[in-house]
Amino acid sequence: MHTESSLTAIILLALCASPLPLLLQHHGRGYAALAAALVMSACLVLLAPLVPAVMDGTTLLANTGWLPDWGLMLSFRLDGLGLMFSLLILGIGLLVTLYAYYYLDVHDRLGRFYTLLLLFMASMLGVVLSENLLLLVVFWELTSLASFLLISYKRDSYESRLSGRIALAVTGGGGLALFAGILLLGHIAGSYELSVVLATGEQIRAHALYAPMLILVLLGVFTKSAQFPFHFWLPQAMAAPTPVSAYLHSATMVKAGVFLLARLYPALAGSELWFWLVSGTGAITLVYAAYLAFYRYDFKGLLAYSTISHLGLITLLFGLDTPLSVVAAVFHIINHAIFKASLFMAAGIVDHECGTRDMRRVNGLFKFMPITATLAIVAAGSMAGVPLLNGFLSKEMFFAETVGHPVFDEMSWLLPTFATLAGILAVAYSSRFIHDVFFNGDPVNLPRKPHEPPRWMRAPVEVLVAMCLLVGIFPQWSIAPILHAAAGAVLQQPLPEFHLAVWHGFNAPFMMSLVALAGGIALYAIRHRLYALYDRLPSIHASIVFERGYEKMVVAARSLAAWMDNGSLQRYLALFIAFVLALGGWAWWTASAAALPVVTQPADAAAIVAVLMLALAASVVVARHRQRLTAIVFTSVIGLIVALIFVRFSAPDLALTQLAVEVVTIVLLLLALYYLPPTSPAEDGMPRITRDALLAVAAGTGLGAVTYAMLTSPFDTISGFYLAQSLPGGGGSNVVNVILVDFRGFDTLGEITVLAMVGLAAHALLDQLVLKAPLRDGDGRTWVSERHPLFLQMLMRPLLPLALMVSVYIFLRGHNLPGGGFVAGLVTGVALILQYLASGIGFASARLPQRLPLFLAAGLACAGGIGAASWAFGFPFLTTTHGHIALPLIGDIELASAMIFDLGVYLVVVSVVLMVLAELGKLSVHSEEKI
Amino acid sequence: MEALISIAIGLLTACGVFLMLRARTFPLILGLTLLSYAVNLFLFASGRLRMDAPPLIRDGASYTDPLPQALVLTAIVIGFGMTAYLVMLALRALAESGDDSVDAREKT
Repeated sequence: MHTESSLTAIILLALCASPLPLLLQHHGRGYAALAAALVMSACLVLLAPLVPAVMDGTTLLANTGWLPDWGLMLSFRLDGLGLMFSLLILGIGLLVTLYAYYYLDVHDRLGRFYTLLLLFMASMLGVVLSENLLLLVVFWELTSLASFLLISYKRDSYESRLSGRIALAVTGGGGLALFAGILLLGHIAGSYELSVVLATGEQIRAHALYAPMLILVLLGVFTKSAQFPFHFWLPQAMAAPTPVSAYLHSATMVKAGVFLLARLYPALAGSELWFWLVSGTGAITLVYAAYLAFYRYDFKGLLAYSTISHLGLITLLFGLDTPLSVVAAVFHIINHAIFKASLFMAAGIVDHECGTRDMRRVNGLFKFMPITATLAIVAAGSMAGVPLLNGFLSKEMFFAETVGHPVFDEMSWLLPTFATLAGILAVAYSSRFIHDVFFNGDPVNLPRKPHEPPRWMRAPVEVLVAMCLLVGIFPQWSIAPILHAAAGAVLQQPLPEFHLAVWHGFNAPFMMSLVALAGGIALYAIRHRLYALYDRLPSIHASIVFERGYEKMVVAARSLAAWMDNGSLQRYLALFIAFVLALGGWAWWTASAAALPVVTQPADAAAIVAVLMLALAASVVVARHRQRLTAIVFTSVIGLIVALIFVRFSAPDLALTQLAVEVVTIVLLLLALYYLPPTSPAEDGMPRITRDALLAVAAGTGLGAVTYAMLTSPFDTISGFYLAQSLPGGGGSNVVNVILVDFRGFDTLGEITVLAMVGLAAHALLDQLVLKAPLRDGDGRTWVSERHPLFLQMLMRPLLPLALMVSVYIFLRGHNLPGGGFVAGLVTGVALILQYLASGIGFASARLPQRLPLFLAAGLACAGGIGAASWAFGFPFLTTTHGHIALPLIGDIELASAMIFDLGVYLVVVSVVLMVLAELGKLSVHSEEKI
Repeated sequence: MEALISIAIGLLTACGVFLMLRARTFPLILGLTLLSYAVNLFLFASGRLRMDAPPLIRDGASYTDPLPQALVLTAIVIGFGMTAYLVMLALRALAESGDDSVDAREKT
C-alpha cells in the first residue's frame, strides 16, 4: 500500500472501528475484547511496512486538506519519535486488552470499556502522528475527553465521577492553554505544519511572543503530564479500573505531555526560560512526588505518585537541554512505560485477589502468589533503578547528565545531590512496595484468600517484565535501534556519541546509584519513625483544594448568572444598551477626528419650529406615557414631523410612506389599546428612573453626536451608478423605486418575506385568543352606545373607491414619480381599515376576501416569479426589462417588468395590513361573544 | 441645520430608550416607535441633508443620494411590521398572563 494512505488509514481505522466492541458485545464479552485486539493488531499490521524507512531516519508525511484556509490540514507524520510512541501505544494497548478481559467484572459486557479504550488509543495515535499542530490539538482534546470517560468508567460511583471530572478540568483546562499556545506558535512560525515549525526554532526563540507562547504550551504539557502543581489529578484518577490506570498512566495519557516536549523540542528548547521552567518544574515534581509516594498506604496510590515522580524526571531531562539528556529522556519514556505498565497490572492482580489495596493489610503475599510476586519485584526493582534492569540504564544516564551540567558551574554539586536524593526516595518507595506487599508478615483480615490469578491475566505482566530484563541486560541489541531513531527525530540533528551498556566502570553515576540504593534501603528501615513524623505534619490535599475552589467557582458562576439572568427583560435591555454605549464610547474616544469639517447649512425658522414641536411632542410622550391615548396622539405628531423632515430634505417617497405607515400604526395601536389596561401603574422607583434616564440621555447624546460627526464629515457615495443607470438600465426616473424593485430587488424580496411572516404571525398569535374587553374606558366612562356612527359610515363608503383610485395612481406612477408598491399598498390598507372602523368588523369582513393568506402568497409569487422568469431568458435572477406601450387616449407609457415585482410588493403589504387588523378585529368578535 | 437634525435624532433616541426600559408593554411599543424614527432619520441623514434635489431623474437637475432613501423606505415598512408584531405579542402575553408587564410569567 502507498505509505501516505496507510498512515492516514491507521488513524481512520482506529477511530472508525472504535464502536465495534459496543456493537459486538451482545455476542459475549469475548467478542468485544477480540474486536478491540483485532483493531489494534490491524493498526500494527498497517504500521509494519513503514517501519524500515523510519528506522533509517526518514520522516513519512501524509497530507490531506481538511480546512486548508484556516491552516488545518489532515496531515500526519511518522518519524522515529512517532513510531516509538505508536509501538508503545499499540503494544501496551494489546496487553491491556487481554488483561482487562480478566480483570473486569464478569457481568460487565465490556463493550463500553473497549470502545472507550479504542477511542482513547485512536486519539493518542492521532497526537503522536499529527503533522499539523492544530490537528494535534484536536486529538489532544480527544484524549482528555476519552480519558475522562475511562477514568469515570464506574459511573455509579461518586468517587469515579469526581476523579473523572477533576482529570477533565485539569487536562481540559491545560488543553485550552495549549490551544492558545499553539495558535501563537503557528502565528510566529507562519505555519502549523511541524516540518516548518521545527525548522524555524531560531526565529521562534527570537520572537517577542516567545515567552507567552512557551508558557501556554508548557501549561498544556504540565497539566497533562501531572507536573507540580497540577499533579493532583493523577492520584485521584486511581479510582479508575486498573487496566485504565495501567494504560493511561504508563504509556499514554500522561506521556502525551512529555511527548509534546519531545516533539516541539527543536522549536522551543534552547532558551534560558525553557531551561528554568522545564527543569525547575521537573525537579520539584521528581522529588516532591517521590517523597509523597513513600508515605502512601494504598499501593496503587504509591504507584501513582511514583508515576508523577518519573514524569518529573523525564521533564527535568528535557529541561536540562543537552543532547544526551534528551536521549536519556526518550530512553526513560520507554523504560517507564514498560515497568510501570507491568507494575500497575501486578498491583491490579493483587487488588483483584485480595479485595483491598491497603498495605497495612496486604502483607506476605509471596507465599500465596509466588510468580506474580516475582514479576512485581523485578518490575519494582526496575523502578528503583537496580542494575541489570532497564530502569537502571536510563537512571544512570540521568545521573551522568546531572554531573557537570554547564549551567551550574559554581553550584555543580547541587544537581547531582538533588538527583541522588530523588534516587534514594525512589529506592525507598520501591522497597516499601516490594516488602510491604509481598513480605512483612502475614495478611491482615483480607476479604478473600489470595491466590495466583488466571494464567492469561498474568501473561501481559510476564511479557513486560521479560522486556525489562531484555532491555536491562542487552540494551545495545534490543532497544538501541528504536532509541536512536526516536532520539534523532526529537533532536533533528545527528545524535551525540553514547553507548548503552550495563557496566561503565566505577564512575560518578555508578557511585550515585550505590548511594541511592543504600540510602533508600536505610530510609525504608527507619520508616516507622518517618511515618510517625509525617502523620504529625499538616496535610494538604491538592485535590481537596481543587474541589473547594471548583465548588466556589460554581457558586460564583451561579450567582453571576442569577444576577445577569434574573428573568427581567428590562434588565437585559438595560445591560445591552449599557454595553453598546460602552463599545460606542470606546470607538468614539479612540477614533481620530475628521480631516476637514464640512461647512454646515444655516438653520431657518421653519426648521427650528419643527424641531421644537418634535421636542415638545417627545417630551409629552415620555411624561404622559401612562395616559396612553395622549401618548399615542403625540406619537403621531412626531411621525408627522418626521415626514415633514423627509419632505424638506428631498425624500418625497419617504414622506409618503411615513404618512401612510403612521396612519396604519395609529389605528393598530388604538385597536390594541382597547384591550390593554387603560393606564400603566406607576411602579418604578426613583433609582430605576434615574438609571433609565441616565442610559437614555447617554444613548441620545451618543447618537446625536455621531449624527453630527457624520453630517460634518466629507461625503462620498456609491450612488452615482444608480443615478446614472436608473433611466437607461431600470426604465424609471424615480431612482428610489428603481433601486427597490430592480437594482436591489433581492433585498426587497427578503423584506416583503419578513413582512409576510408578520402577517402569518398575526394568525398564529391571535387566532382563537379571547381577551376580556373592558366595559368602561380609562376614565370610567361607558362606551358610546352607537358603535358605528352613521355619519362616519356614510362618509367612509364613498371614500373607498376614491382612495383605491389614488392608490392605483400612486402605484402606476411609482416607477417615475414618488410612489410605488409600498406606498400604494399602505394607502389601500388604510382605505380598507377605515371601512372596518366606520362600519364594523362584520360589515367589512363580509365584503373582503376571506383567504388573505392566498393574496399574501400571490404577492410573494409575483415578486419571486418575475425574478425567476428571467432565468427562462438566460439572465440571472431578478433581471428586469422594460419597453414602451402606446395606449389610446393615455398615450405612450413606459412599462417595466419590475412593475410586476412592485405588484407583488403591493399585494404583500395590503394582505399583511389586512391580516393583522382582521385578526385584531376578530378578537373583538370573540370577546363580544364571550361577554 | 445639521446640528438641529442631530439634536432631534438624539432627543428621539433618548425618549425612545427611556420608554423601552419601562415595565409595561405599551410604553415599550411607543419607545420602539420613537427609536425607529430616530434610526430612520439617522440612516436618512447619512445621505446628507440636501434641499430641492429629489432623486427623480430630470434634465439638468442635481440629486440627493437615493440609496439611504431606499434603505429607509423599507425600514419604515419593516418598522411597521415590527410594531404590529409587538402589539400582537403584547396582546397574547396579556391573555396568557393576565398582566401587561414586560416580564409577565405564564399563569400557573
